[in-house]
Amino acid sequence: MSGGNYKTEDGRQIGGTLMEMKNITLRFGGVVAISDISFDIHEGEIRAIIGPNGAGKSSMLNVISGFYHPQDGEVWFRGERRPTMKPYQVAKQGIARTFQNIALFNGMSVLDNVMTGRLTHMESGLFSQAIWRGKAEREEVENREAVEKIIDFLEIQAIRKTPVGRLPYGLKKRVELARALAAEPKLLLLDEPMAGMNVEEKEDMSRFILDVNDEFGTTIALIEHDMGVVMDLSDRVVVMDYGKKIGDGTPDEVRNNQEVIDAYLGVSHD
Amino acid sequence: MFYRESGDFSTTYPEDSQTFPIRFDRYRYYVVLAVAFLVIPFIINDYWANAVFVPFLIYAIAAIGLNILTGYCGQVSLGTGAFMAVGAYSCYKLMTAFPEISIVIHVILSGGITAAVVTLFGLPSLRIKGFYLAVATLAAQFFLVWLFNKVGWFYNYSASGQISAPERSVFGIIVTGPNTEAWAKYLICLVFVTLCAIIARNLTRGSMGRRWMAIRDMDIAAEIIGVNPMGAKLTAFMVSGFFVGIAGALFFSVYLGAAEVGESFGIDKSFLVLFMIIIGGLGSIFGSFAGAAFMVLLPVFLKNVFVGGLGWPTDLAAHLQFIVSGGLIIMFLIMEPHGLAQLWRLAKEKLRLWPFPH
Repeated sequence: MSGGNYKTEDGRQIGGTLMEMKNITLRFGGVVAISDISFDIHEGEIRAIIGPNGAGKSSMLNVISGFYHPQDGEVWFRGERRPTMKPYQVAKQGIARTFQNIALFNGMSVLDNVMTGRLTHMESGLFSQAIWRGKAEREEVENREAVEKIIDFLEIQAIRKTPVGRLPYGLKKRVELARALAAEPKLLLLDEPMAGMNVEEKEDMSRFILDVNDEFGTTIALIEHDMGVVMDLSDRVVVMDYGKKIGDGTPDEVRNNQEVIDAYLGVSHD
Repeated sequence: MFYRESGDFSTTYPEDSQTFPIRFDRYRYYVVLAVAFLVIPFIINDYWANAVFVPFLIYAIAAIGLNILTGYCGQVSLGTGAFMAVGAYSCYKLMTAFPEISIVIHVILSGGITAAVVTLFGLPSLRIKGFYLAVATLAAQFFLVWLFNKVGWFYNYSASGQISAPERSVFGIIVTGPNTEAWAKYLICLVFVTLCAIIARNLTRGSMGRRWMAIRDMDIAAEIIGVNPMGAKLTAFMVSGFFVGIAGALFFSVYLGAAEVGESFGIDKSFLVLFMIIIGGLGSIFGSFAGAAFMVLLPVFLKNVFVGGLGWPTDLAAHLQFIVSGGLIIMFLIMEPHGLAQLWRLAKEKLRLWPFPH
């Protein structure tokens, strides 16, 4: 199954390898955050990264999105080795993400926040924008249409013009998802999309994640602590502990992996 | 009650993203424009032009420029005075070197030259933020003022070290020099203000404005969604420099007529424009106008009250004026840190429901 190209139990087609991390090692001074980890993400799948606190999950996401540059290892995306890139260049390649702590633009309305997600698709010149004619005007309308689709999809029409600062936590998370989706990413990274949510909000968020994957065919890599959610949503799971990979496979395989059980439940050293 | 948006439906996206989506706002804007262009030029006199309208309009351009940089892109600048001087000296050099070319083109070119200079001084912003950037721009302020004083070429080696605007006309109407009519001064500034405001508004409501605001609100998140921080910051410096340069060129050629760099474009100008955007409202074009109006009108108003109304001696009034306007600024910042633009927004929200708030 590691080669990809199979159908899931619920009938979704999983394609070949979209992204591959090969022997990634990331150090901060003397601290090894990630040591020699390899895993791949198939096209169209939901891939979870789990592990106890401090395992290096967020660091891994930051490596993928270009914030951290690993000392060793290679990142392969869509069949090509990725050179060292700045985060905005990674975004242009089609990788979008959300943050563990909400990172919305508080001074802007929901609509403007989601529109910022389209910036990689907007390239009209300064002059055209200054006179608001030609390409700038056209681009604005086209991208607004794309954004309105996302807004409908995530059911945030009613708060379109509200400044994001006024929104409750759960909605902010949803707006952040909308902003990431607006970029029409090939790969969507979600860093704890359900942290701090109540059961109802978690259910909503899970439904949105599944719908995104189903309707847009977006590949999703997510970090999450709620095991119930992870096991239900994901096709394959990577388990990390102290910067090392200790398990990789379907939720069932991972659940029965002795090392994973030890990492989560603890093991007596005698 | 009279200010409302019910029954005002946008059916297309351009309609929804226009500057004044609410019909009432739109009409008020047309009325203001009509009064500014068709009524005021006929009734304006020298006192009103020189004390109120011309400085207000020119400072409004400078405030728009600084607001783009500081209010929209979040990069603090204390070099506005010196950047205005760049506009003024460029305009002077162009006016004296190419007397046959229209002053309008000179003013726009001065904006362009200032944009280039400001972009250069914006380079440190790629590495430093906040107070540190403010200090770096402060260096620009002192360096440029020194440069314009030191190098004679900039003031054509005039004995006094001053630059003075020769007489120039647009469509046969004299707009610079001592023989300028009040209404001509007013009108040329008004045309520039209107165009600058429209351009600034277009830039800030489109994708460029979103790039700037994304950088301002959270630069890390901005980068992750694909904003090149270097590009966004430098364009903000460039556009800001363009407006500030135009303001400087007009300030020298139309308003002052003759200028000496340390006196006319010193650090106090930088602070004055910064106060304007803070009091008016960061990140708001309307706020730039409101702040400029406040800072220009308040001293005039207080002087009229103290000297004209109460008959106090001029020197006492002048000192009291500093105390009162300083106090008012502090009071203002405590009561409404988001400035006049925010007060205006709150008033509009109240008026939507007035007189039946429930």
